[in-house]
Amino acid sequence: MASITQTAVPASSLASEGMPLKIRLARAQARNRRRAFLLVLPLLLFVTLTFVLPIGQMLQRSLYHDGFSAAAPSLGQWFSENPEDIRPDEAGFAALAADLRYMKEQNLAGAAGTRINYNVPGSRSLFTSAARKADDLEAPYRDAILGLDQKWDDPRIWVAMREASSPWTSDFYLTALDIQRGADGTLERVDEHSRVYLALYGKTFLLSGVITVICLVLAFPIAHLLATLPMGKANLLMILVLLPFWTSLLVRTTSWIVLLQGQGVLNSLLVSAGIIGEDGRLALINNQTGTIIVMVHILLPFMVLPIYSVMRVIPPAYARAARSLGATSWTTFRRIYAPQTLPGIGAGVLLVFILAVGYYITPALVGGADGQLFSNQIQFHMTRSNWSQAAALAAMLLAGVLVLYWLYDRLIGIDKLKLG
Amino acid sequence: MRKLLLSTVLSCMAFMSQADVTVMSWGGAYGTAQNEAHLKPFTEKTGIRTRMVDTDNAASPIRAMVEAGNVTVDVASIELADATRLCDEGMLEPIDPAKLPAGSDGTAAEEDFFHGGITDCAVGTDLWANIIAFDSTKFSGEAPSKAADFFDTEKFPGKRGLKKNPKAVLELALMADGIPADEVYAILETPEGRDRAFAKLDTIKKDIVWWEAGAQPPQLLADGEVLMTTAYNGRIFNAYIEEGKPFEIIWDGQIYELNTYAIPKGAPNLEEAMEFVRFATSTEGLAEQSRYISYGPPRKSSNAMEIIYKDEKTVMAPNLPSSPENRENALETSIEFWVDRDTELNERFNNWLIAN
Repeated sequence: MASITQTAVPASSLASEGMPLKIRLARAQARNRRRAFLLVLPLLLFVTLTFVLPIGQMLQRSLYHDGFSAAAPSLGQWFSENPEDIRPDEAGFAALAADLRYMKEQNLAGAAGTRINYNVPGSRSLFTSAARKADDLEAPYRDAILGLDQKWDDPRIWVAMREASSPWTSDFYLTALDIQRGADGTLERVDEHSRVYLALYGKTFLLSGVITVICLVLAFPIAHLLATLPMGKANLLMILVLLPFWTSLLVRTTSWIVLLQGQGVLNSLLVSAGIIGEDGRLALINNQTGTIIVMVHILLPFMVLPIYSVMRVIPPAYARAARSLGATSWTTFRRIYAPQTLPGIGAGVLLVFILAVGYYITPALVGGADGQLFSNQIQFHMTRSNWSQAAALAAMLLAGVLVLYWLYDRLIGIDKLKLG
Repeated sequence: MRKLLLSTVLSCMAFMSQADVTVMSWGGAYGTAQNEAHLKPFTEKTGIRTRMVDTDNAASPIRAMVEAGNVTVDVASIELADATRLCDEGMLEPIDPAKLPAGSDGTAAEEDFFHGGITDCAVGTDLWANIIAFDSTKFSGEAPSKAADFFDTEKFPGKRGLKKNPKAVLELALMADGIPADEVYAILETPEGRDRAFAKLDTIKKDIVWWEAGAQPPQLLADGEVLMTTAYNGRIFNAYIEEGKPFEIIWDGQIYELNTYAIPKGAPNLEEAMEFVRFATSTEGLAEQSRYISYGPPRKSSNAMEIIYKDEKTVMAPNLPSSPENRENALETSIEFWVDRDTELNERFNNWLIAN
């Protein structure tokens, strides 16, 4: 406190310590800035530790896999000495034999085989069985190794080993784009009945879009009703919106299964009412329809709440003024009311869409065959410990969302977003 | 305070050192079965104290312990697939099959065990199976009895429950297509064989209800959502014995997997651990476990014994995947095949699921 009273003395620009006021002001401001920085430091650390680092690690993992390169130093050297030569010579096979011995010694054959198996299915056992017999290999190595298994002559294995001999690789993104390396090392699309990721990627965004639109159509009138009703009734209705929001996701999902399944409540009601026949029971669950119904229900509060919070503060006088100036009710809605709700709609749409794109447990439970989303593939690779592939798929999803976010910013403007 | 802490630590250590053999198993009904059938009788017979530790899957803690050089477990109950992998990486003690007890009828252990029951580092304790189950009250005339009936929607019209995963599904499709169990994997190795399996699945694709978790198939049957479903045999047995559901199992085309006992490298009480494994995997030891859970003993001599469930009245033989009458057309899951083909076939399977 003492220093403040001192600086408040405007006697001259030189204070009692003989220091210009300007410098002392700058110092005081710097101290305040430091204090402010220290206050946000915990949050900054938290965000760095729980968000920036993991995402960075995920991106790194999607491009990095040292399962093979760490197990095959000799081959790595041979590949770097023979940059473009696809056909392996005796020296190449000698390097392979040396590495197989190394793998046996260090118990790395499984890890190395797993990495090559990502590119050439069926080759993991090739490595583990060859490593088991590695100590018996003698020159000439080409004949000795081909004697173990003719598959070692397959050029695709050598292409895959060349690519994997560096830990940095684009292989996982290629797989995520349904592309593989051919026998001569060039890129080609994978076999027609193995293409899965691109189509699913598109479908995930499409389905999320459909879910978002349905949510918007349902949520808009609800939010309007909530915003215009008297407080008491509105609160009661609000509880109805929030109650499912507070209920466990799994409970809600399984309740929908009970309601919608073939022998479920809804179908039985329809049959007993004579609207559909016993063999005409509707397939409402374990398919795409089920995924949409259940996800709309689960995500609806995320749409209702932001729209409601915006509608509540729109002064009713604007609409009344428009009507009194001769606008029809449609024109009033279109030109006066709807534009004012836009910040809430934008927030709701963005929230619901981004949540829907990453959903996995609901599609897994009620999606059946055709209601699966991209995240179910990520989960599959996670459970198979293929973290690099899971990371590459997750990065693709992240990129897709970022592109849409950028588009949103360009078209509507992120400053118009209002979350409540 | 310090005194209290010290005495607690000391008594804990004393308690730990009391157990001469520590067994790590899966917990739940399975852990109870092994505790009752193996640990208690072993202590009773030899005086060697035993202790059971529960975990979700012992393979991961065992790997961590061996890598850290601090092994506190003597025997672990792990899946054959994990045992093979850990053995390849030198993390398990080798077990000499010649030292395993002969069957009660005098057959040498190597002859007595099923294929896969004895490996370099692990001895089979039980096997469980993917089977087809149905609700017997839904069939007034002929009931299904073969794997082929699962795919015959003309004879048995209705929905089918199937696990959303190619493993054990492609094998079933081929067996239903008339391929004997011992040729299934040779055919699946070829592109034509895989096409054939998917073509067979195509014939019932529109009638399939997919399930993911083991608890779902008994529920699907009970709700009448499906006429038949694939399931894990233990789940169907439980629904039958605990809840009295009228479920029946088709054993034709069953696909089974083994669980084993293995000894981690550096186990503190190696001698006692070996003795425990020998005791538990004897004819009687294996048969005893099946009194508590419907997983079958992988020894021929155990299956020749009469095993009665713990309720003292249910005869287990018809409920075990290992009994001779249930094994007439049975397939052992190939670990090697699925390690190699898992990702590839999952991609193709998912592509097939989405395509109409």
